[in-house]
Amino acid sequence: MQRRVIFSNKRLPYLLLVPQLAITVVFFFWPAFQAILWSMLRQDPFGLRTEFIWFDNYAVILSDPLYLNSVKTTFIFAFSVTTIAMASALLLAFMADKHIRGAGAYKTMLIWPYAVAPAVAAVLWLFIFHPNIGYFGRAMRELGVLWDYKLNGNQALSLVILVASWKQVSYNFLFFLAALQSIPKSVLEAASIDGAGSTRQFWTIVFPLISPTSFFLLMVNMVYSFFDTFGVIHALTGGGPGKATETLIFKVYSDGVLFLDLGGSSAQSVILMIIVIGLTAIQFRYVERKVHY
Amino acid sequence: MKGHSLNGNWQAHFFLVIGVAVLAFPVYLAMIGSTWDAGTIARGEMPLFPGPDMISNYQQAWGSGSGQRVMGVPAATMMLNSLVMALTISLGKIAISLLSAYAVVFFRFPGRMFFFWMIFVTLMLPVEVRIIPTYKVVSDLGMIDSYMGLTIPLIASATATLLFRQFFLTIPDELVEAARIDGAGPLRFFWDTVLPLSRTNMAALFVIMFIYGWNQYLWPLLITTSKEMSTIVIGIVKMIGTGDAQTDWQIIMAATILAMLPPVMIVIFMQRWFVKGLVDSDK
Repeated sequence: MQRRVIFSNKRLPYLLLVPQLAITVVFFFWPAFQAILWSMLRQDPFGLRTEFIWFDNYAVILSDPLYLNSVKTTFIFAFSVTTIAMASALLLAFMADKHIRGAGAYKTMLIWPYAVAPAVAAVLWLFIFHPNIGYFGRAMRELGVLWDYKLNGNQALSLVILVASWKQVSYNFLFFLAALQSIPKSVLEAASIDGAGSTRQFWTIVFPLISPTSFFLLMVNMVYSFFDTFGVIHALTGGGPGKATETLIFKVYSDGVLFLDLGGSSAQSVILMIIVIGLTAIQFRYVERKVHY
Repeated sequence: MKGHSLNGNWQAHFFLVIGVAVLAFPVYLAMIGSTWDAGTIARGEMPLFPGPDMISNYQQAWGSGSGQRVMGVPAATMMLNSLVMALTISLGKIAISLLSAYAVVFFRFPGRMFFFWMIFVTLMLPVEVRIIPTYKVVSDLGMIDSYMGLTIPLIASATATLLFRQFFLTIPDELVEAARIDGAGPLRFFWDTVLPLSRTNMAALFVIMFIYGWNQYLWPLLITTSKEMSTIVIGIVKMIGTGDAQTDWQIIMAATILAMLPPVMIVIFMQRWFVKGLVDSDK
């Protein structure tokens, strides 16, 4: 799409682009290029010699059981967060779409968690589920459950899933509500006159009409679970116990920043980049302008 | 028919109230936690109603801080760091995106599409996937532990540029022609016409980007090394440390409530722009 009427300056547009392009090149392209380069290098333990080894780092990573375990954890995590956050948001949006008193107030009270930082959300829930001082943590122990997310991997994973989902419900709710509100009420009335019950109406009319939004949200939630939940995991479990909550992004951080394995960490970064590019491409290819608001 | 809809409303209220309660419960407990003394919380005897120590807890959190590693750094200092970070990132993103979108939409020049795509692909390079090399660039530039290092690498934004581009394309040609007839140059037109027309978009983006900047975690975790540069979100997590019973939970909870206030208030009071920003920027 282009404008018909434009200005004809020769140098001005370049000047206007300079600030953004400078930052983009220095902090995006150059580091991304470095990540790709480092992912093909191997340094000896003393950092004296560097050799170019093509894809050996990738081969090492992809056959490393710890990495594969992290892939598995990430998928369990992303799948659970996406399912919980989308299902509960859809239920709430469906209820908030009805003509009820206080719909506006409900909406406000359901969207604010979007503004809470992932790490802060982790701290809020940690205060509830702390085994010694937490309200639920203590209650569970009194009931005889051996609750300690710092020792039990499954409990740790459940807790990070809970926190990450809690934070994401608001976002999904807003988009589902917008999608539901765009469905013409006359269609539903017609179905109702034809004798379709609300369950049938939902599956035959509402569900198909909101499916573009659902697909869009599916992608967004995957990206969110992959990348934006670092704060939740870092603040709550630090990837542990063992490696029970070590997602891919957390492993890039711990291998690169804590264990200084540049080659391995860079190769992991590049794999993550490919995943993001894939998800973004799918999103643009299939969602495009099919989502209406 | 009427009975059915009443029943439906009752059901709707039921689920919505549960939803609101589940979302609000952790914040309620944090508020309660910030009003009791350390001993009550450590013994696990904290009741579900406010205690007597609210004012002193918030005074301590705001004025002198707590915890083993961030000992002595008041929440006020860390909140200021977060505010500087959030404002610089949000205003910076808006400024450079306005300029680059203006260049791409209102001019024809060699390399226009190439530059546009260069900006576009940064959508696919979130900071999380290039942390270590980006850290190295910032460290080579000597920007570790400074506001510049905290903010500049996060200022480039494909989202904002795409949004402004989309909006600029809808500005009627007649306006541009009129401006040219009046003898206004491109900068004058930008300042007098385009900026005022973009106000709503700017407000919507500001809300989203402010929250984004305030809530950053991984980047400040890497870039800030001194306690005085810590943002409030990082500060709270560091205060918890090992998270044992000796932790000053009441101070941490007070700091947590303080850390949530600015972004949550912005969402609540600028709800219209928030919703617009969210829906526009993630298409």
